[in-house]
Amino acid sequence: MVDSYTNVSVDKIIAEFKDVKSGLLPALHAIDEKYKVIPEEALVKLSQVFNIPVSQIYGVATFYAKFAVNQRGKNVIRFCESAPCHIAGAAELVAAFEKQLGIKAGETTLDGKFTLEFCQCVGMCQEAPVFTINQQPYFNVSIEEIPEILARF
Amino acid sequence: METVTAVIDGCKVEVAKGTTILDAAKTVGIKIPTLCYHPDQSIKANCRICVVEVEGVQLLQAACATAVGKDMVIKTNTMAVREARKTVLELILAHHPQDCLQCIRNQNCELQTLAHEYNVRENRFEHIDENLLLDLTSPGVHRDPNKCIKCGRCIEVCERVQTAAVYSKYNRGFKVGVAPVLNLGLGEVACINCGQCVHACPVGAIYENDQHEQVWDAICDPKKHVVCQMAPAIRVALAEEFGLNAGELEMGKIVAALRQIGFDKVFHTNFTADLTIIEEGNELLHRINNGGKLPMITSCSPGWIKYCEHFYPDFLDNLSTCKSPQQMFGALVKTYYAEKASIDPADIYSVSFMPCTAKKFECIRPEMNSSGYQDVDVVLTTRELARMIREAGIDIVNIAPEDFDAPMGMYTGAAVIFGATGGVMEAALRTVYEVVTGKTLQDINFTAVRGMEGIKEATVDLDGLEVKVAVAHTTGNARKLLDAIRAGEKFYHFIEVMACPGGCIGGGGQPYGTTNEIRQKRIDAIYDEDAGLPIRKSHENPAITQLYEEFLKEPLGHKSHELLHTHYTKRSLYPFSKEEK
Repeated sequence: MVDSYTNVSVDKIIAEFKDVKSGLLPALHAIDEKYKVIPEEALVKLSQVFNIPVSQIYGVATFYAKFAVNQRGKNVIRFCESAPCHIAGAAELVAAFEKQLGIKAGETTLDGKFTLEFCQCVGMCQEAPVFTINQQPYFNVSIEEIPEILARF
Repeated sequence: METVTAVIDGCKVEVAKGTTILDAAKTVGIKIPTLCYHPDQSIKANCRICVVEVEGVQLLQAACATAVGKDMVIKTNTMAVREARKTVLELILAHHPQDCLQCIRNQNCELQTLAHEYNVRENRFEHIDENLLLDLTSPGVHRDPNKCIKCGRCIEVCERVQTAAVYSKYNRGFKVGVAPVLNLGLGEVACINCGQCVHACPVGAIYENDQHEQVWDAICDPKKHVVCQMAPAIRVALAEEFGLNAGELEMGKIVAALRQIGFDKVFHTNFTADLTIIEEGNELLHRINNGGKLPMITSCSPGWIKYCEHFYPDFLDNLSTCKSPQQMFGALVKTYYAEKASIDPADIYSVSFMPCTAKKFECIRPEMNSSGYQDVDVVLTTRELARMIREAGIDIVNIAPEDFDAPMGMYTGAAVIFGATGGVMEAALRTVYEVVTGKTLQDINFTAVRGMEGIKEATVDLDGLEVKVAVAHTTGNARKLLDAIRAGEKFYHFIEVMACPGGCIGGGGQPYGTTNEIRQKRIDAIYDEDAGLPIRKSHENPAITQLYEEFLKEPLGHKSHELLHTHYTKRSLYPFSKEEK
């Protein structure tokens, strides 16, 4: 399981970016890094610290695929849903992951280990279909290789 | 002024440098369609309906966002332009519910109008229903996110004009939506119910909580004695609902229509607007003379009150304790009027017609029951009133005018101007001046506090007592004023704040699509009405004098405090903030 957050720990992370120019994104990254989620308490605190309406913090936190306002698993598998990956057969790979993990895209495994979701283009169309697990991109993966990849986590 | 010349559809235009193609085309009678564009807002250029051809430029250009260049040759009516616009409409409609006939904006929708103008008869694209939940959490404003076309106009008015910043876009690309934080309901966040987003919305995605059926039910209930009051801003705007210009509808015709609808008594909120001036004027003098909290800030606008409760709770003691005219009226109808007419207040159903969506929230505030019942049973907006008139088949333009019922239908010009920004201030000054100095005002027109300027200031000499006043409309302007006071940069004795641009005439319950241009026309109509009335000062209203003699006894007296004054509640900015719970 990922670390559970407390008000105090979220406040501490945000405080580090208080005086950083355009500090909102780095602060969101730091919170995401630690908890894999941007909790409600963080939305409020970010709004107060950066003097930005909480609605807009929500807008930023949902704009980027990297961030989520609902709790995700420890490892996030993201499939590019743009056209080149689609044409290169991403759908079959997604279906194979869904079968292997027993969840649908957008869901998290019961043990909290994996979340499967879609994202926008990761800029590696030459290697389509592309997916990422956490920060790591994967190319040219065959369906047979999936169990071995998942076993690494 | 530097100008540029260009040719639009063969017509030569000469416009100021920086003028958009959209505005330049208007000067030669060429209409370019718009959807995300709003005359009172910044340029968004996200809907692409306004595309035109510019010679020498490969791609079609958005007319709302492209400045006319020197010797530009622009074509607004080519095959490519028409095709592109139609495609834009088809794409939007493919993602928009197809229930126009049942939609609250039927025949009054910018998207529907364009689909009609561009003869969209079929759609090449597969239709996608999102089936998002309706947001019915707010007593004032409801949302159907399925109808949202993501133009961003509600976001802008809420953030930049009102500085409440309730809305934001969330997600991106095809999944983008517009909603309050965490997709909560408007009733769960720091929304002030002002309804300016209703005017900003080009489609039926944001609208009032329509309660007019409840009023039909009450009228059809033989046990109920149904009375109504009507705000001064209603008359000037109701005209627009029936194809007339602002203010063209005679008051007596609205009274006659209300009787035909079935109201037992037709009264006017203006009666208690005059009463508000007496109570609030006395409260101001009491505060000035007894070292009370200053500046005193008006409390008529429920959008402003809720804004203050959420955003400036440290100013709650500055708010006048006077209830709004609507709520004073509600409290008196079920006490003073009930007594006078020998009717059990339990049988009275009190309806209030308002230009306002926030009044729907105000009337259900738990403290608004000083008569022992909910003082005002239901609030309907100008639009809901128009719906009832149409449903009843009343020809309001040609109906014979009638008079209001006595005594709560009598009012002065001072009450009428409550409908426009600066009006409460002017009405108060007319009375306070004469009460304090004992002299008759030479010129009762305080023009310094009139008009659409965001913040207006004036100093009034009350026989040696210099009273500094300020008037703000929109909560964004109120924010500027309060920030300056907090910082010690400004001092005033008395401030009027109205939540909506232009005051109540620009309220969220007025006819859909209200713009600043329309607001100005309504303001002009309001001051015309004031100028034409025989009595123009609240303290000269004989029915108010009678009310004090028979019932209230004295301003700020025991009965007044019981019925006409109220208190406020500190509210959180964050719906899920733990500290407040």
